[in-house]
Amino acid sequence: MKRVQDFKLKSYRRLNRENYILTLQGDYLEKDMHPGNFAEIQVPGLPEVFLRRPISILDFDPAKKTISFYIKAIGKGTRQLGRLAEGDTVNIVYPLGNSFSVPRKGKVLIVGGGSGIAPFVLLGRALQQQGVETTFLIGGRTRNDIFLTEEFSRYGTVLVTTEDGSRGEKGLVTGHSLFAGSMNFDRIYTCGPDPMMKAVARLAGQRGIDCEASLENLMACGIGACLCCVTPSPGGNRVVCTEGPVFNTKVLGW
Amino acid sequence: MVDLKIQLGGLQMKNPVGAASGTFGFGSEFEDFFDPGRLGAIFVKGITLKNREGNDYPRMAETASGMLNAVGLQNKGVDYFIETIFPAIKHYDTEIIPNVNGSTVDDYIEVTEKLNEVKGIHAIELNISCPNVKEGGMAFGVSCPSAVAVTEAVRKAWDKTLIVKLSPNVTDITEIARGVEGAGADAVSLVNTFLGMAIDARTRRPKLSTVTGGLSGPAIKPIALRMVWQVYHAVKIPVSGMGGIMNAEDAIEFMLAGATTVQIGTANFIDPQVSVKVIDGIKAYCREHGFDRVSDLVGAMEG
Repeated sequence: MKRVQDFKLKSYRRLNRENYILTLQGDYLEKDMHPGNFAEIQVPGLPEVFLRRPISILDFDPAKKTISFYIKAIGKGTRQLGRLAEGDTVNIVYPLGNSFSVPRKGKVLIVGGGSGIAPFVLLGRALQQQGVETTFLIGGRTRNDIFLTEEFSRYGTVLVTTEDGSRGEKGLVTGHSLFAGSMNFDRIYTCGPDPMMKAVARLAGQRGIDCEASLENLMACGIGACLCCVTPSPGGNRVVCTEGPVFNTKVLGW
Repeated sequence: MVDLKIQLGGLQMKNPVGAASGTFGFGSEFEDFFDPGRLGAIFVKGITLKNREGNDYPRMAETASGMLNAVGLQNKGVDYFIETIFPAIKHYDTEIIPNVNGSTVDDYIEVTEKLNEVKGIHAIELNISCPNVKEGGMAFGVSCPSAVAVTEAVRKAWDKTLIVKLSPNVTDITEIARGVEGAGADAVSLVNTFLGMAIDARTRRPKLSTVTGGLSGPAIKPIALRMVWQVYHAVKIPVSGMGGIMNAEDAIEFMLAGATTVQIGTANFIDPQVSVKVIDGIKAYCREHGFDRVSDLVGAMEG
């Protein structure tokens, strides 16, 4: 069930100047959360940041009643969320949106870029619990833009690409040598910038592999009331916050 | 005990707080957060004769203390509303008020005629103020003769309470209010959004696919409040006031300025439970300030 709830800021884990993990602790934690779900976080203290910020749920711990978010500080809201103090109240609406489908067996590929890696910790864990063999392919501009690979390595094989070649293979994720191989995956999951996800969806389509993408559209309400976050599809506009954020890329016509 | 009941034209509401059209879906979106039946009314998402896909993404931009939207009346059409949506929400213990839109006067009439046959709908809100459609919408609401013409036409097709939603994008909103009053409106609701725009300086592109959109949120509240006060003094029919209401105190200000009922809009996006907080807050205010009936607040600004 969706809830609007106050949490206390428990801790920050600073990954570098721009990237951090925000952990909140509540008196209660909704446990019915799935890989791909997101929360709408209210940003305290700035009149110019009026709307909540939709952020993927990175992880949660039912025992400690904590929920955490991987945040890239790229705008006023995400920067302000990185400047709060321990114990500050943070109000969130959660859990929102649909989730990735988790098969019972098989072999899958996860392709993430930029801040679009956040949902893959929960997804990797869920896949491992089902006995699915998972490969993570994470891309960034430089090695300083690659995060969470330690977490991912607990759930599968981790491959990296960087545009400057400072870590892993040089180039974009879609140029990774993996795509030149047999590609015997049952499904590909992707999250990140639209051009990357579209390119991944194209490669998946060419090989007849099912592909699920998680979209990051601008949102206001996050609960399907305002219809601001739509994405076009052959079947008409889709509401990303409720019909998504995860879509089979065929539904989007990618 | 505070009596929260209030009369908007011929419509009896159990309390003065409604959810504004376009910000509350059809009510079911909020069921996890509270019982939508607690509201005085739900002004449901704008309805047109046929299915509309709305405008292209991006159709929203955040602004200081507010937001611009250019959704463009995305909806599945009046028949879908009557056959599929209304049956699923009519059990709410509140007034479901459809927001009626059209590109032509005939569109408005046809939608109204269909709704007029539906049992359980006691009022409609005639939207002549949507700024985000190419044809119709606000065009009807910014000139007095066309506002009068569409109100007269819909009046003939509608037997129950007729609320006309006014655009603030006019030189003199009282002139339009008086016009629709004369054309048979039972109440007016105001304000719809203010026409605005936003540009991304880095890309030098407009932030909305439509360039312009409707501004809402606390940024517009002082202007909306002034317009409600002006209209209250210009017409005899009741006013449903809205524009940037974020809490009970804002809602009380609108009632003191002359609003018989209020509508909560953009605030629903920030706090999905805001409406019930406003209802409870109005009740507490009445108790504290010695008002036995919430209707005694209407136009009670001193001086």
